[in-house]
Amino acid sequence: MSGEAPSIAVCPACVAVPAHDPEVEKKEIDASDLRRIELSLPNVHCAACISNVERSLATLPEVYGARVNLTMKRVSATVLDRADVEDKVIAHLEQLGYPALPLDSASLEKTRNDAAGRDLLARMTVAGFAVMNVMMLSVAVWAGASDATRDLLHWVSALIALPTVVFSGMPFYKSAWGALKHRRLNMDVPISLALILASGVSLAETMEGGDHAYFDAALSLIFFLLLGRYLDYRTRAAARSAASELAALEVQKARRADGTVVPLDALREGDILLVAAGERVPADGVVTKGDSELDPSMLTGETLPQAVGVGTGVRAGMLNISGPIEIKAENLGEETLLKQITRLVETAETARNRYTSLAEKAAQIYAPVVHILSALTFFGWGMATGDWRLAVNIAAAVLIITCPCALGLAVPAVLAAASGRLFREGALLKDGVALERLAEIDTVVFDKTGTLTLGRPSVTNLGDISVTAQAVAAALARNSSHPLAQALGRAIDTPVANLSDITEHPGFGTQADFNGKRVRLGRAEWCGFSGALPEQTATWLQIGDAAPVVFLFQDQLRPEALETILALQDVGLGVQLLSGDVPQQVDAIADELGIKTRVARATPAEKVDHLNALADQGHKVLMVGDGLNDAAALAAAHVSISPASAVDASRTSADIIIIGNDLRQIPQSHRIAVAARRRILENFSIAAIYNMISIPIAVSGFATPLMAALAMSTSSIIVSLNAMRIGRMK
Amino acid sequence: MNILVVLIPVTLVLGAGGLWAFIWTVRNRHQYDDPKGHSMRILSNRYDDAPKQD
Repeated sequence: MSGEAPSIAVCPACVAVPAHDPEVEKKEIDASDLRRIELSLPNVHCAACISNVERSLATLPEVYGARVNLTMKRVSATVLDRADVEDKVIAHLEQLGYPALPLDSASLEKTRNDAAGRDLLARMTVAGFAVMNVMMLSVAVWAGASDATRDLLHWVSALIALPTVVFSGMPFYKSAWGALKHRRLNMDVPISLALILASGVSLAETMEGGDHAYFDAALSLIFFLLLGRYLDYRTRAAARSAASELAALEVQKARRADGTVVPLDALREGDILLVAAGERVPADGVVTKGDSELDPSMLTGETLPQAVGVGTGVRAGMLNISGPIEIKAENLGEETLLKQITRLVETAETARNRYTSLAEKAAQIYAPVVHILSALTFFGWGMATGDWRLAVNIAAAVLIITCPCALGLAVPAVLAAASGRLFREGALLKDGVALERLAEIDTVVFDKTGTLTLGRPSVTNLGDISVTAQAVAAALARNSSHPLAQALGRAIDTPVANLSDITEHPGFGTQADFNGKRVRLGRAEWCGFSGALPEQTATWLQIGDAAPVVFLFQDQLRPEALETILALQDVGLGVQLLSGDVPQQVDAIADELGIKTRVARATPAEKVDHLNALADQGHKVLMVGDGLNDAAALAAAHVSISPASAVDASRTSADIIIIGNDLRQIPQSHRIAVAARRRILENFSIAAIYNMISIPIAVSGFATPLMAALAMSTSSIIVSLNAMRIGRMK
Repeated sequence: MNILVVLIPVTLVLGAGGLWAFIWTVRNRHQYDDPKGHSMRILSNRYDDAPKQD
C-alpha cells in the first residue's frame, strides 16, 4: 500500500467519494508526546452520540484519537501532552451538548486490575459448567437409568462434582471458618456444612451403589450462591470506583512564589504561595500581596464574596475570583477548618456503621433454624428407625434443600437491577445497603448553595437601570473574566456602547473611556461608592463623576428545584433547608420553594447537631449537599446524596451521587428505593414459601435429588425475574 | 448402553473445552469492556461510504 488513494467503489454502480475525514490529517507524532485522558460523559446514550463525540473530538488538533464507552458513559481520548488540553476538550464537549467531568487516571488504573472480581468469576463459571454437565448426567438417572448404568453416571458425576465443590466452594469454607473461629454463626456455616455433608453422603452412596446422589443439588447451590455474590460484588465495585474516579476538585498541589509546584503535604509554615484568578486557595494563611475577592461558598455556603487585601486572612478551599494574590501559609497544624471537618466526618461515619441490612437480618434468623432442623431430622430418623445411614441421607437432603440459594440471590439480584436502573438515569449508587436506607426516610434536608442553587450569580435589578448604563456596563463586562461581569454580560441584551481604552485592573474592575468620560465597572470603593454595602452580591458602575449605579446579583435556583421539592412533598416527605449563608438569602430561597423549616448561618458542626436532633426525634433523614461544610452532615445523616459538582470530601461521604446534576433524580431515586425494598421483601417471601413447601417434604424423607434440583432452580429463577421488574417499572 | 463409554468422555472433553473458551474470552479483557457501545456502533452510519482509514 504505497501512497495511492484507495478506491472505494464496492461495485461499479456505486462509486462513492470518501468523505473528507479530518482525523487523517494529523502529522506523525512520537508516542511519548501523547497521553490518555478519560472524561465522564453522563449524557451519552445512543449511536449518534458516539459518532458525534468521536468525530467532533477528532477535529481538534490536539486530539489523536477518541473512543466512547457507552456502558460506563465515558470517553477515552489520546491527546498531546500539554497543560490545558483537558480543559479545552471539556469546553469543546460542553459546546457540543455533552457536559464532561474529568476522571482521575490513577484510580481508574486500580479498577482495571480487579483481582478479587476475576477470582469470583472463575469460581462461579467452573461451578456453572460443572452443574450443567452433572445435571445432564442426572437427567439420565432421573429418566430411569438403573444398576450399572446409574452407578457409572454417579461415578462420573462424582468425578466432576468433587473437585468443583472443593474449588468453587472455597469462599464459603473460608468465610465459615472465619466466623466459627470467633464463635459466631454466619450464613456460610450452614452452607458449608450442607456442601460438605451432601458431597460426602453422595460419595458414600455412590460407592455403595445407592439410589440417590445429591451432586447436582450441591453444585447448583454453589452456582446460585456464587452468582449472587458476583452480582453483589460487581455492583458495589462499579459504583464505588466510578464515584471515586471523579477527579478531586480540591487542590492537591500548591504553587510557591518561586514558581515550583509542590504537593500539599510538603508545605511549610511561612511558605509564600501564588493563587491565580480562578484557582482555589490551597492552605490557610494571610494575604501578602494583591487585592481580590474570594468566593467562600464551597467552604461555608455563603454567597457573598469576601474582599481581601494585604493582611486579610484566607482559608483553604476558597475560590479566588478577581485577581492574582500571594499568601503566606500559616496555621498548617490541627485547627484548620479542613481538619475540623475531617474529624466531624470521621465521628459521624463510625456512628453510621451500626445499620444492619435486610440481608443480615434474614441471615440471623436463618442460620440457626437450618442447623436445628437438620440436627433434629438426623436424630429423629436415626432413633425412630435405627438406620443411621438413612438418617444421614435424609439429614443431608434437608440441609441441602433448606439452604437458600434463593435467599442468596434475593438481595443481590434486586440491588444489581436497581443500581443499573439508577445509573442509566444518572445516579451512582455507592453501596446497595444505602438503597434500603433511602426507602426508610421521612425527611429530606437540603443545603442551599450549589445544591438547590446553581452556585452562579445572576442579575436581579436590571429593570431599575437606564439603558445607557446597561449599554456601558455590558461593554465593560464583555472585557472581563470576573464571574459577576460574565453574568452581567449574559443578562444585558441592549446593544453595547462604544468604548475605547479598555483596561482591566485585577482585584478592582474594568475601566474604559466612553465619549470622553471615564467609566468603571467593579468594586464599590473603586467606583466611588462610600455608603453601607448591601447584603447581596453586587457590582458598581460609575460613568464619569455621576453617582455610582449598583447591579444586584442573586444566586439562581436550579430550574428543576421547585419541581423536586413538590415531588418530595407529594409523597409525604418533610423538607427542610439547612444553610451556612445569611438569613436574607436563606429566607428568600426557602420562601420561593415553599420550605417552612429553615436554618441559616449553620456551621458544619451545627449542621451535624441539627441532623442528630432530628434523628433523636425518630426521623430518618436524607441529606443533600455539596460543599465542604456539608461533608460531615452527609456522613451523619441516615442516607445522603450529593451532586457530581460537589467537592471531593462530600462525594466521598455521600451514598448516592447524581451525575447529571439534575435534582429530579432525588425523588426518582427515592421511588426506585421504595420499589427495590418491596422487591427484596417479595423475594424473601418467595424464598420462605419455597422452604415451607420443601422442608416438610425433606424431613419426612420423600425428597429426591430431582425434587431438590427442580425446587432450587425454580426458586432462583423466580427471584431473579422478580428483581428484574425494577428495570421495567414506570 | 456401551455407547456411554464413548459418549461420556466426549462430553467431558467438550465441556472442558467450553470452559476453557469462556475463561479465555473473559481474560481477554477488551471484549466485554463496552457491550452497550458495541451494540450501538452497528447502527451508526459514519463508515457507510468508506471504511475507517488507519
